[in-house]
Amino acid sequence: MIVSHLNLGDYRNYAAADVAMKPGANLFVGRNGQGKTNLVESLGYLSTLGSHRVSSDQALIRAGADSAVIRARLRHDDRELLAEVQINRSSPNRAQVNRSQIKPRELPRYFSSVLFAPEDLGIVRGDPSARRRFIDQLVVLRSPRMAGVLADYDRVLRQRNTLLKSARSTGLKESQLTTLEIWDDKLVTLGSEIVVVRAKLVEALGPPVAAAYSAVVGDDHRPTLSPVLSIAGIDAEEPDTGVRGEQTARPDDVVPTTVAEAAASFRSALASKRRSELDRGLTLVGPHRDDIAFGLNALPVKGYASHGESWSFALALKLGAAELLRAESSLGDPVLILDDVFAELDQGRRSRLAAAIAGFEQVLITAAVLEDVPATLTAHTVHIRGGQVVDE
Amino acid sequence: MYEGIVQELIDEFGRLPGIGPKSAQRIAFHILQTETFDVSRLAELLTELREKVHFCEICGNVAEQQTCSICRDPRRTPTLICVVEEAKDVVAIERTREFRGLYHVLGGAISPIDGIGPDELRIRQLLQRLADGTVQEVIIATDPNLEGEATATYLSRLLQTLEIRVTRLASGLPVGGDLEYADEVTLGRAFEGRTIVSN
Ligand SMILES: Nc1ncnc2c1ncn2[C@@H]1O[C@H](COP(=O)(O)OP(=O)(O)OP(=O)(O)O)[C@@H](O)[C@H]1O
Ligand SMILES: [Mg+2]
Ligand SMILES: [Zn+2]
Repeated sequence: MIVSHLNLGDYRNYAAADVAMKPGANLFVGRNGQGKTNLVESLGYLSTLGSHRVSSDQALIRAGADSAVIRARLRHDDRELLAEVQINRSSPNRAQVNRSQIKPRELPRYFSSVLFAPEDLGIVRGDPSARRRFIDQLVVLRSPRMAGVLADYDRVLRQRNTLLKSARSTGLKESQLTTLEIWDDKLVTLGSEIVVVRAKLVEALGPPVAAAYSAVVGDDHRPTLSPVLSIAGIDAEEPDTGVRGEQTARPDDVVPTTVAEAAASFRSALASKRRSELDRGLTLVGPHRDDIAFGLNALPVKGYASHGESWSFALALKLGAAELLRAESSLGDPVLILDDVFAELDQGRRSRLAAAIAGFEQVLITAAVLEDVPATLTAHTVHIRGGQVVDE
Repeated sequence: MYEGIVQELIDEFGRLPGIGPKSAQRIAFHILQTETFDVSRLAELLTELREKVHFCEICGNVAEQQTCSICRDPRRTPTLICVVEEAKDVVAIERTREFRGLYHVLGGAISPIDGIGPDELRIRQLLQRLADGTVQEVIIATDPNLEGEATATYLSRLLQTLEIRVTRLASGLPVGGDLEYADEVTLGRAFEGRTIVSN
């Protein structure tokens, strides 16, 4: 699918902007701080209802305004669609498709994009939670139902932690013990499904990520992705049981392939942690404490790989994700968005990346320096200055 | 901040469930500015609510006497009890006119976050009602969310030992909507909970 037209109102530093976009590469250039990232961020928001830079919507609304509007004309095959979201400062957001009202959370059905930005280095170098967020976002894109499972799991976790805490302060009453078992059941049922769905996704992501990595880098550094599971006894959140987030999975690690298998390990892991859970008033096993280990040349990426290697790995993760969505989606290719990528790469990697993304229906690229971007991607260049599209 | 009474009223409204500071202010000013608004009628009702309306001693439903009109109705089937979270659920089920048994209002659902465990619910009273063997079926109609499910599971385990049939309301797709427009989560759950029609 492609975006043929983007219209912004009071979004970030744009009072009003109108941009026509073409199939293939679209390049947005301008000096630092002019609004390039803001522009592509708006399309990321339209497809995921979130920004890669802030967790609250407030910063997206232009200072002094009450609401921001992102409106995009989308084209897939011969179908045209007008998708729109209004972000309000003090009332719920609203969304429309072809001028009729829909729930904002339904927007991702109509528009999909994959955005890579400098912040994504955090997926590789940051805490386990950054990797869980990356993988869960993709899980939901592939199976929207999982949004409900993930939300329910979080709620069960809060309920269970509260129960454990109150049991710690008052001692475990008979009736509390029975309800703890009930929350255990829910935790295991929902959690096992999350573990298995994530594991399948990590497996599916392996080949496209490896392909993207070697396409960009030009060498085979044997990139690997493997789940680190707390139900298998490795706790990524606990520095003393393993090297925090730095494990490469050991070959004898068993990754469950069925929900029943996962549930069995989950139950026995819970049983073995019961004491410390009661002591600490905290749920110590489950997908909320899992991680994904990334490897290059049989070494962990985190803590070992160079800056360039880490950067390329993060980029490969996003390209691999885009490739996966592309193979499965009924909406055609996701729109690929590359924010500030080329400045980070050497000449060889720049032209190899350009070749690797050539097959996507539409790619949106931002750069502060036009010369950083290979000439094959500059056919449609848009200049941005001070929150305005100055010429095309 | 407004002066005296106005601010006090706004604060008081703001304490009610589902009313934020803005709505509280709007309601207060509506009352202040609308001359036809019958303030004394509202005040009367609130006072009467406190004085006259209680909870039914048997089922926990709202009642103007010691027991509610449903528990007093001899035409209701005494062998059937439908367990719900709140009195408003009784009203919802009554509207269907499908159910002719009795009710039992728990007064909430198990939710540690809200400080509610089994001991905070009217579960002991339910067991007392089941003791004499009149009741043959308990229908659990707690909400189809996590807390409602947990409560249902707790009850069904508790009642297992009694010789009483325990059933649970089915949850699924809303009727009257297009399948195409059901949201993914609901539709996904409906798939998980699908039933066999023919084998
Ligand atoms: N809500 C807002 N209201 C007004 N201005 C905003 C808002 N949010 C961000 N800005 C402004 O937008 C500018 C940043 O824009 P953006 O991040 O798109 O820059 P950029 O062109 O990508 O720059 P760089 O090349 O440095 O990445 C900043 O000057 C910032 O103050
Ligand atoms: Mg930028
Ligand atoms: Zn009653």
